[in-house]
Amino acid sequence: MLEIKNLHARIAEDGTEIIRGLNLTVKPGEIAAIMGPNGSGKSTLSYILSGREDYEVTEGDILYNGESILELDPAERAAKGIFLAFQYPVEIPGVATMQFLKVAMNEQRKARGEAELTTPDFIRRVKDAAEKLKIDQAMLRRPLNVGFSGGEKKRAEILQMALLEPKLCVLDETDSGLDIDALKIVADGVNALKSPDRAVIVITHYQRLLDYIVPDSVHVLYKGQIIRSGDKALALELEENGYADIIEEAA
Amino acid sequence: MNMQTTNQPIGRMTVAETALVEAFGAQFGELPGNGAVAGTRDRLLDDLKKAGLPTRRIEAWHYTDLKTLLRTVPEAAPVSAIDPLAPLVEGSVVLSVLQGDADDGASADGIEIAHFKDKLADGSAVAGLTALDRDDAIGRINGSFVRDGFAISVPANAELEEPIELQVLHAGGQIHTRFPVSFGAASKATIIERHRSVTDDAALVSSISDIVLEDGAEITWIILQSQGAADTHLGQIRVKLGTNAKLKLFVVNAGGKLVRQELRIDVEGEGADLTLRGVNLLGGEGHTDVTLVLGHNVPHTNSTEIIRSVVFDRASGAFQGMIRVAPDAQKTDAKMACNTLLLSDNGEFSAKPELEIFADDVVCGHGATVADIDRNHLFYMMARGVPENKARAMLVHAFVAEIVEELEDEKLVEALEGVISAWLERHA
Repeated sequence: MLEIKNLHARIAEDGTEIIRGLNLTVKPGEIAAIMGPNGSGKSTLSYILSGREDYEVTEGDILYNGESILELDPAERAAKGIFLAFQYPVEIPGVATMQFLKVAMNEQRKARGEAELTTPDFIRRVKDAAEKLKIDQAMLRRPLNVGFSGGEKKRAEILQMALLEPKLCVLDETDSGLDIDALKIVADGVNALKSPDRAVIVITHYQRLLDYIVPDSVHVLYKGQIIRSGDKALALELEENGYADIIEEAA
Repeated sequence: MNMQTTNQPIGRMTVAETALVEAFGAQFGELPGNGAVAGTRDRLLDDLKKAGLPTRRIEAWHYTDLKTLLRTVPEAAPVSAIDPLAPLVEGSVVLSVLQGDADDGASADGIEIAHFKDKLADGSAVAGLTALDRDDAIGRINGSFVRDGFAISVPANAELEEPIELQVLHAGGQIHTRFPVSFGAASKATIIERHRSVTDDAALVSSISDIVLEDGAEITWIILQSQGAADTHLGQIRVKLGTNAKLKLFVVNAGGKLVRQELRIDVEGEGADLTLRGVNLLGGEGHTDVTLVLGHNVPHTNSTEIIRSVVFDRASGAFQGMIRVAPDAQKTDAKMACNTLLLSDNGEFSAKPELEIFADDVVCGHGATVADIDRNHLFYMMARGVPENKARAMLVHAFVAEIVEELEDEKLVEALEGVISAWLERHA
């Protein structure tokens, strides 16, 4: 589903190289965890996957279902089924949450040549998904993410993910700022989306989230490269010993 | 006679100035008014001739050099049949002025409505035909040429349930209208002053509204200017606020080639409150100038002013906001903000807030920002599959809609948001 080959990327503005020869393959149905210390390039990788302009790919390629997506803008990638759950969801005053959801869902459908949703169908979908994530209707009446607590923002991200039904979900530190109850709700939301044709990349600092979203593979990112891959045992090992040993080994 | 092709200036007058003088001559004896009105018209035109159209050297016109920008004046167009439009807000009482003439059938329950041309004919309108100061070109032009409009009086304690829409439509040519409107003590009403062109033919429009809020009146007044791309719109609103009067004044500019909206407001009663909100949608080659002169003339009055502008293409805009606080106007609370989204490298916007404070116990502030769309907002929306153009349009819409939502009246908010959406769809 996703194949990242020898990827090199830098910050467009000042040329700082962040990703330095990254290789990663994720298969349909797989849950892949990417872990790594601060500054290893985890968030940058999520932005590059979703096409943020601030980064420039200088070498290598990203293949999604066998096709390079480097030339696609974020909206085109989203329509192809790539979804990024933001570490820090953006507050947008003046844009109503419901309106935004409807536009996003219908624009993606349009881009894929599907019929737009009728309003009753749309409302029913939002209501069902919101209920599962324990999202209050009052929250949906507010402007997008405005005044949401940290936990509400993360739940709203998973709500969008559930509604947009992406094929490749990238969760960027979705666990940060969540208490244990909120973490369970979010994890349940992600697990509910598990399917043989959908892959999930979970970017996280801590093993904690992986108790709830159990990964098929774990990859350690350091200085812009995957320096070690393994199964979920690797996450437990990291939890126990920290990153120092693995980093030393790779050096 | 074709004024547009009068290329030879008479003396030092420009083509447009010459055309105005000739148009006045051509309408001699035809403009409504008794002897006193005719004399006032002559005097105003004479002042206009002597002073000429204002240039950028005149402080009040610094960002809108009318002498240079008003290149021609369209020939007075024959009266053509124009049908009134559906009101902006369903259920409104529509008082239409079509091609400069007030509709004869206009009426509304519970309020007094007269044709302004009748007020000219009997001379009772003469006192209002003035220039407010020596730079008041709009007062002069309108006073010289005004033909009609509505004089409206809302009785004390009246609460009008439906908005009144002053629908000023034209099909090009010269249109000069006037709307003296007085709101009796403790009355409540919403007025929508809507200016619109129904053809692509160029027009010169001048329109003045003289508004008086008696004590305790609570009024929402909306100016919706959507003139054609070739039109010049010279608007002026003269407002007096009495004790505890509350005015929400919304100005939406969504059209016109050369637009000047002057807001001359005097807060004259203690406890009065002014909310001014402006939305400028600027595109094409148009130039739009909103100039506020606000006097807090007595103690204990409040005002807030927020102007939000979006600039596309080669459009330019200016906001001049002058707040004067009189020496004894203690406890004045006035806050002014001017925020602009500059969406084109060729666009331009100038903001000039000015405070003249002669009292020492006041809270007054102003701020201005000019920015592009927030890249984080744009990326977030695109990452959810909203194409860039659509995302931009939604963000621009949000920027101005935030102001409109303050109106609270749901029907009104929906109608104005519709105007904004339609404009953005055409321009963004």
